[in-house]
Amino acid sequence: MIRRLFSSSKNVPRVCVVGAGPAGFYAATHLNKKLDSVIIDIIEKLPVPFGLVRYGVAPDHPEVKNVINQFTKLAQQQNINFYGNITLGRDLSLNQLRQHYNAVLLTYGAEEDKTLNIENEDAENVIAARSFVGWYNGHPRDRDLQVDLSGSIAAILGQGNVALDVARILLSPIDELKKTDITEHALQKLAESKIRELYLVGRRGPLNVAFTIKELREQIKIKNCNTIWREDDFVGVADVVSNLARPRKRLTELMLKSLSDSLKEQPAENVHKFFKPIFFRSPHQFLVDDQKHLCGIELACNKLIGDKMEELKCVPTGDIEILKCSLAFRSIGYKSVQVDKGLNFSNGLVINDKGRVIESESEDLAKLYVAGWLGTGPVGVILHTMGNAFQVAKVICEDLQKNNHDYSRGGFEEISKNILKNNNPVVDWQGWTKIDKFEIEQGKKNGKPREKITSIEKMIQIAMA
Amino acid sequence: MIRTLKLLRVSCNAKIIKTQFPVKKRLFCVTPSLRHGEYEWQDPKSEDEVVNIVYIDKDGNKTKVRGKIGDNALYLAHRYGIEMEGACEASLACTTCHVYVHQDYMDKLTEPEEKEDDLLDMAPFLKENSRLGCQITLTKEMEGMELSLPKATRNFYVDGHKPAPH
Repeated sequence: MIRRLFSSSKNVPRVCVVGAGPAGFYAATHLNKKLDSVIIDIIEKLPVPFGLVRYGVAPDHPEVKNVINQFTKLAQQQNINFYGNITLGRDLSLNQLRQHYNAVLLTYGAEEDKTLNIENEDAENVIAARSFVGWYNGHPRDRDLQVDLSGSIAAILGQGNVALDVARILLSPIDELKKTDITEHALQKLAESKIRELYLVGRRGPLNVAFTIKELREQIKIKNCNTIWREDDFVGVADVVSNLARPRKRLTELMLKSLSDSLKEQPAENVHKFFKPIFFRSPHQFLVDDQKHLCGIELACNKLIGDKMEELKCVPTGDIEILKCSLAFRSIGYKSVQVDKGLNFSNGLVINDKGRVIESESEDLAKLYVAGWLGTGPVGVILHTMGNAFQVAKVICEDLQKNNHDYSRGGFEEISKNILKNNNPVVDWQGWTKIDKFEIEQGKKNGKPREKITSIEKMIQIAMA
Repeated sequence: MIRTLKLLRVSCNAKIIKTQFPVKKRLFCVTPSLRHGEYEWQDPKSEDEVVNIVYIDKDGNKTKVRGKIGDNALYLAHRYGIEMEGACEASLACTTCHVYVHQDYMDKLTEPEEKEDDLLDMAPFLKENSRLGCQITLTKEMEGMELSLPKATRNFYVDGHKPAPH
């Protein structure tokens, strides 16, 4: 503790973390705990911290965001610094960071979405689920997203948890969303939504869905919304369910139960929305009208072949089906971007060994590490990211303790000289607390826990006030 | 049902904060999440209250802990420096406090609610005796219980486990 008070002195290792999401904060937590003394600078592209906890976690899952409290405690420590509104690759280069720190950890996640690469994917109202999530969560990049909810039928391509988040936001009663920190512009648009029927399209079968049971259960329980499955999609599924591993088994049982409920019961009178998961369908092309507005999706039908249920292959049957809809969301996964030419990518992530970025060694430059989705690929819940971040942080600790480092490096002091030249205001933790306070106050006016600021200029203005 | 419970929890929570002490806690012992660990920092007032349990970390190191009736296994772990996370602060929204409960004690715990089971399904290296630490409230019957931390939450990739792609 006492040593930490002298943290501004020399002879202290300096670590730079790029990306203030859960991976960055968890790694910083571990480094701070395990190293006797360390200065950790967390730099972030946006003026605000927390990454996907703020911009990915659905507004109706406030409990998941409790982890922000832990991150805040960490950031309040003297030897931990947050520097927002700094973009790696634009304001500074990777080499600059590596010259002025003893270790550089990249945790900037996976911000792009994978594309289907089929015809008319650029049509009006074909929307990346990632953009839609950013839009209702107030991400500055997505604030101006144009989404037309005036049609009655929509489709989500993909069957993961992001797909179910999108479905839940589209189908939940507006009164329940009102109480969350969903952005006001999204709330207004959703209140006028005419969507009654929402398809959730999967390439493979019910045994291959990527969403998890918690999200599905929430979806099935939405008020005034019925879940309708196609009985044909479940042929043979009940026979194998007892042999499945527990998570898959419980999930499949829930689907089967929901299927039998929907067959038994007539929908109640107040039901006016329908959620319809369909399987064995691959999007072939988007169909558009003469204004290039989406009017349907051509789906290629698939079947599974093979002897073992676990090793089935998905092949097209040759049949084609048309799904009429005026809105489609593409939700087939994320990918990372290469922000610096010096980074070696493969399959959308930085090539690494236990977090160490593999490259030719250079004595003058700090070692480079990667954690979170940028290193593991965009899969898994916060537990997975936490486990990975701790693991990589452990590797960094080992390396820092093992080698003789030059602990007289300048860290952010040196870096900031270059940034200030570009007249780019840096938002520190104090700046964020001002934004935080402002957002909470704005939220109170609307009976919400928070009303996010969606403009970077406004964020900076408040932070600098 | 779950929604109602949530409401109850919120209202209980407010009460506790106002009174500062977890008074009359027996009334509320079914909802461990309403406390944030203050209670676990109080020493047992008498031997009758004491519940000794053992935490075993990922390397097999044992830590014996003298807890008491009503303690939450997550917050008790925090008091004694056991590396158990708790990202969502015991609100049943994550799996970062995943533990294995010694077989002999499994039936001494209250049955997991549906939500806990749903979350456990997301935890890597799920076993028959997996539970979430934040949902375990100590009773006298748990005297001697061992709670092991899974390797997975620490050494996720070192263990050779790879998350399956979509």
